[in-house]
Amino acid sequence: MRVGVITFPGTLDDRDAARAVVAGGSEAVSLWHADADLKNVDAVILPGGFSYGDYLRCGAISRFAPVMSLVIEAAGKGMPVLGICNGFQVLCESHLLPGALTRNSDLHFLCRDQEIEIVNNTTAWTSSYKSGEKIVIPLKNGEGSFQCDDNTLAQLEGEGHVIARYVGQNPNGSRNLIAGITNARGNVVGLMPHPEHAINELTGPSAQGLGFFTSILNAMVK
Amino acid sequence: MAKIVVDVMLKPEILDPQGNAVASALPRLGFSFAKSVRQGKRFEIEVEGEPTADQLAQVEKAAEVLLSNPVIENFVVRVEK
Repeated sequence: MRVGVITFPGTLDDRDAARAVVAGGSEAVSLWHADADLKNVDAVILPGGFSYGDYLRCGAISRFAPVMSLVIEAAGKGMPVLGICNGFQVLCESHLLPGALTRNSDLHFLCRDQEIEIVNNTTAWTSSYKSGEKIVIPLKNGEGSFQCDDNTLAQLEGEGHVIARYVGQNPNGSRNLIAGITNARGNVVGLMPHPEHAINELTGPSAQGLGFFTSILNAMVK
Repeated sequence: MAKIVVDVMLKPEILDPQGNAVASALPRLGFSFAKSVRQGKRFEIEVEGEPTADQLAQVEKAAEVLLSNPVIENFVVRVEK
């Protein structure tokens, strides 16, 4: 299957994301932010980085890129979309996912190996994991604190839309230790830490991030 | 030339680590007046002549769609002479 990886000006992790897609058994297709063309992909990844220099708010300007109107439309029809880090911020700004990512509670840019627990393995991007499985993947961001109002939080928790939580001490002040969420349909997932940097023990803390990229094949087979 | 000003602030219930950092820096410099500090953004938009009602309505819309994120922020639009 064909998995598109979008490059915005300031995107950093598109190469690693494409590499992870290939390692996961799919074909990686480069998508350019300014082209209103999804090149017949079956799924899309919004990688990490600092799109548009994080000006205004992280992801706020990327949301209006020509390619994003197609992503939003396709996501509405059920196409799997994964936003990692800055991509998660873009998905929230696009209102494909609820809530917002704000400045880390201690104001520091964090870059470290982080243990997270997969708490929902029914989405298009998490089905390769067991529910409750703990994995270690890199966390690297300045604005990774997941915030939303109490009603939204109750809804996320009540409907099982939290897909991953930080294990141990809260690294960034995220409500309920939330590291990732999904929409109701389970096709759109946002995740703050970086599975694409953990697909090989030579270059990452583990190979445990690969599951996100193999899950997408399960989703297509279904 | 008039200026349309949009002030964007985090909603009161949203944690503001930047404001907190400023609040904790003030006493270190001998400023003891602050009970708390919240940090926001200010946009200054110039238009030709006096802003029209239509322009102000458009700025309101832009503030809602782009300048602020209504999930975490509130905004106020005003005209400054």
